[in-house]
Amino acid sequence: MALLQVQDLTVHFHTRNGIVEAVNGISFDVEAGKTFAIIGESGSGKSVACYSMLGLVPMPPGRIESGKVLFQGQDLLGLSERALRKVRGKGISIIFQDPMTSLNPYLKIGDQLIESLRQHFGMNKNTAWQKGVEILEEVGIQNAAQRMNAWPFEFSGGMRQRVVIAMALVAEPEIIIADEPTTALDVTVQAQILRLLKELQERRNISVIFISHDLSVVSDIADEIAVMQNGKFVEQGDREAIFRNPQHDYTKKLLAAVPATQKKSETVDAVPQVSLSNLVVEFPGGKGQEKIRAVDNVTLEIKHREILGLVGESGSGKSTLGRSVLRLLAPTSGQVVFEEQDISKYSRSQMKPLRRRMQMIFQDPYSSLNPRMTVYDTLAEPLLLHQICNRKTLDAEIFALMDSVGLPRESVLRYPHEFSGGQRQRIAIGRAISTKPSFIVADEPVSALDVTIQSQILDLLLDLVKRFDLTMLFISHDLGVVRYLSDRIVVMKDGRLVESGSVEAVFENPSEDYTRALLDAIPGKRLFVGDSAESVGTETIP
Amino acid sequence: MTSESGSVEIINIALEMPKGTSLWKDGWHRLRQNKLAIHGFSYLLLLILICLVTPWIAPYGYEEQNLRLGAVPPSAEHWLGTDTFGRDMLTRILYGGRISLAVGFIATAVALIIGVTYGAIAGYAGGKIDNAMMRLVDIFYALPYMIFIILLMVVFGRNLLLLFLAIGAVEWLVMARIVRGQIQSLRQQEYVEAAISLGLSPLAIIFKHLMPNAIGPVIVYTTLTIPNVMLLEAFLSFLGLGIQPPQSSWGVLIAYGVETMEEYPWLLIFPGLALSTTLFALNFLGDGLRDALDPKASRD
Amino acid sequence: MWRFIGFRFLQAIPVILAVITVTFFLVRAAPGGPFDQEKAVSDQVRAALEARYQLDLPMHEQYFSYMSDLFRGDMGPSFFYPGRSVNELIIQGLPITAELGFYALLTALVIGCLAGVLAALKPNTAQDYVPMSVAMIGICMPSFLLGPLLVLIFGIWLDLLPVSGWGNSQGDKILPSITLGAMTAAYIARLSRSGMLEVLNQDYMRTARAKGLPEYVVVIKHALRGGLLPVVSYLGPAFAALLSGSFVVETVFQIPGLGRFYIQAAFNRDYTMILGTTVFLSTLIVIFNLLSDIVAAWLNPRLRYQFRK
Repeated sequence: MALLQVQDLTVHFHTRNGIVEAVNGISFDVEAGKTFAIIGESGSGKSVACYSMLGLVPMPPGRIESGKVLFQGQDLLGLSERALRKVRGKGISIIFQDPMTSLNPYLKIGDQLIESLRQHFGMNKNTAWQKGVEILEEVGIQNAAQRMNAWPFEFSGGMRQRVVIAMALVAEPEIIIADEPTTALDVTVQAQILRLLKELQERRNISVIFISHDLSVVSDIADEIAVMQNGKFVEQGDREAIFRNPQHDYTKKLLAAVPATQKKSETVDAVPQVSLSNLVVEFPGGKGQEKIRAVDNVTLEIKHREILGLVGESGSGKSTLGRSVLRLLAPTSGQVVFEEQDISKYSRSQMKPLRRRMQMIFQDPYSSLNPRMTVYDTLAEPLLLHQICNRKTLDAEIFALMDSVGLPRESVLRYPHEFSGGQRQRIAIGRAISTKPSFIVADEPVSALDVTIQSQILDLLLDLVKRFDLTMLFISHDLGVVRYLSDRIVVMKDGRLVESGSVEAVFENPSEDYTRALLDAIPGKRLFVGDSAESVGTETIP
Repeated sequence: MTSESGSVEIINIALEMPKGTSLWKDGWHRLRQNKLAIHGFSYLLLLILICLVTPWIAPYGYEEQNLRLGAVPPSAEHWLGTDTFGRDMLTRILYGGRISLAVGFIATAVALIIGVTYGAIAGYAGGKIDNAMMRLVDIFYALPYMIFIILLMVVFGRNLLLLFLAIGAVEWLVMARIVRGQIQSLRQQEYVEAAISLGLSPLAIIFKHLMPNAIGPVIVYTTLTIPNVMLLEAFLSFLGLGIQPPQSSWGVLIAYGVETMEEYPWLLIFPGLALSTTLFALNFLGDGLRDALDPKASRD
Repeated sequence: MWRFIGFRFLQAIPVILAVITVTFFLVRAAPGGPFDQEKAVSDQVRAALEARYQLDLPMHEQYFSYMSDLFRGDMGPSFFYPGRSVNELIIQGLPITAELGFYALLTALVIGCLAGVLAALKPNTAQDYVPMSVAMIGICMPSFLLGPLLVLIFGIWLDLLPVSGWGNSQGDKILPSITLGAMTAAYIARLSRSGMLEVLNQDYMRTARAKGLPEYVVVIKHALRGGLLPVVSYLGPAFAALLSGSFVVETVFQIPGLGRFYIQAAFNRDYTMILGTTVFLSTLIVIFNLLSDIVAAWLNPRLRYQFRK
């Protein structure tokens, strides 16, 4: 008998602009002690489905049109608010996605932790506090007793997520809903948290509903998987079936979106186009704090027509490095040489003629375009500034650019907010190649995009590199993506380069511990088809 | 023909493509739906228009006294009654409105120009310059300005120009802070970095990329500053420190009204209504603009 | 924490000194002396008076003399009320103004926070529109309009409440307190509404509900702290606004407080009185701003923690 039975759940939102059918008749069972994963991209309705089970979706615009959710002998959807409160936190609890915003910044950790204990069990403060300390230790927080008195801002992202997990566990629920619990975390931290969840689940025999957009993340921990699109489950089955024998097109698309094969290396010139020597970039610290050394004595070369992958977690300094190469920042010391010119100390006017040869693609498609300029304006600006064409040929040039990046010509007069994330990124790429540069820095260009869109953009970048003979510095925290695209890889940690080498060398034979840790942290190793027998399962991916 | 943003001319082909909806258009749509704001706006427009043409349409002369009549309540000849000197209240309120509105707009304009320039420079320059400039603002901010204004008006006589300067000198501080905050947060937007990496000059960046995006809150705050300024002027005039007779503003009229409110309540009520309704309209408009132009600050 | 307080305190001192100095020279620079007004005095008497009030000394000497007196707490004799010192007059008027301000602030805080929080809990409904419209009235009807209107309605037409004096008749503190507090109440209502709205939209509210906490706990324990923070920051400017509001309210309601003394001193060119009151009031404002900043910082855990070090 399943612990939780969801039958034909349908949730619609009645907004001023019409009805949004967020969830359209999904059904699934969750067994005791098992993990049920729901995979879908943003907007698929996966979070809404789970929150509505506990009545946490605002009901004026939202409405449960039909369905039953059976738990502990009751239909949750028919319960009153008071009865639902008894289930929340105690029968079913939730781990939310963003640890930076899901804790109340004005209350101490201990206070927030023991709330459900006092609410559901009527414990007095001391007993509850003790239990809180125990739980914190269980999730791996050192000095638990002291940390109970700490404020949320004193914790890092990974630590905060551990606290959130502790909060979800403390009232001993039977089911935990984990809503993208690792999406906002660094790769190595993500691996730790996933491991923690697995341990806790086994030890306490809890069921987990794991929501994610990333198939590779759940490939390690899920027992059953459901793929969700537009509010419906398009495919549902146990883990092996989904990975080995996907039926639905969308599932296949999701699987294919995990960059598995590596691109073929083009011929690379031996002449370095960009070279950094002993580069140091420091920032002044906050009040009374020391200077921050974002880039610490980095020396590297990027050769013509090479795609160099720069890998690092947040805080590693990779973005700062990228910006320094483009001279968007002035180096504190060291040299930046571009096409045999030492640009380390160039002024703005000295840089101007070089600017058209080096461009950047930014991470956030929502803030890298001026919201008040149309596509036309955005693309025209660099064309006119660097006199790539004159006013007569402007239109033609702009349309040609749009064709290159796969944007429909009719959208030329639209504004950024009228496009999707992937399309905005195409506009940004169009802007970057408009001046016909020879070198491009791509700073996490696909990190903010859905998985299926990511592969499209990556392929677009590869295509452009080939067509226009570009050199690229590709920055990312995602090793899988980097592997797909790059010729060579360098790894950065705390401002320093810790490893560099060809893609094969680094992936198969990492020489540094940190690199090894990064590689180990990649979820879904069974999904990689590669040349090495180590990190790979034996399944073949279509 | 210029595109919505007014930056580049479109020739031929692109003209045939469907136009997008700019954020301004979006905001204007949203504003239109806010009934209160639109009514406020229409009321203001009407008021300003009437006040502008007052010298030509006023039923009576401003100074025209009718001592035999004295103060009479509203009647057919004097829609809003007369004061103790027999002067027509409608006329006096209209003329008073000219002064009150003028002070409101001019002083706000002064504050706007000074504040925006100061704030934009501080915001764009950043670092030490910004620190120094904002420290100055902090110091001025800490001074109890009301007391100083009163002092100024007492000491140097009730000079209209001085009044403008005094009020403007106070309001520019907040404007500077707002603009600087806006510019600072905008500078960190990636499209500004993109503009730099394209090789645009700082001036071009400020005018093409920063200003259009920073203008939203500036417009909102300006609309909300006007009523504050009018209030300040009325306050001073009420105490006898602002506008001096023979000129009068609504504040002066209210002061007269208070003196005789027991016997002739309409002398207080009508100028009072004039002032409050104008303040209402301005505030509703300002609120409406704020809701319309800042999508994040929605009330839902 | 103490470092922070000490630092801010040190910052406040030059401001106060600046206020004193600027006021001193401003007042002295005014055209027309204190005796030009009404009374016609003979030259002999004038000379004697000037000597007594040190007006015959060069400007900078007058300044230093004043400062040293000030240091000892002596603000000099009143120009207008012979035989009475400024200190005396301030001490006479202060308690009354303080009480008026206190009641006004209390009213403003209670009504304002209540209205704002209730409005934020049910946005875009009657519970929101009604209090906020009333608040708008508070903003658009200045005290010099509201006061007389209230007097007209409650004092004259309905004859329910007394219209002047303070502490002389029953209930004569009601109208002035309401009048003075109205605009501040309106601002506080709007501030608390927007503060609460922002907090109520935060993720951590959802976390609190997901734990099964009843709604009133969610609002009071989790939302209020962050939501009312803007109100605390506003307390400094609110104090200054109440002070300047008292000038009008005391005039309209004939209350013998510091505000009214100040206005009268201004008109009477009572130099020492102007100077003394300005200095006193300004110092109060600066101190209050300081207190408000300290409380706001203390409520923000991040700042509180940093200053422990």
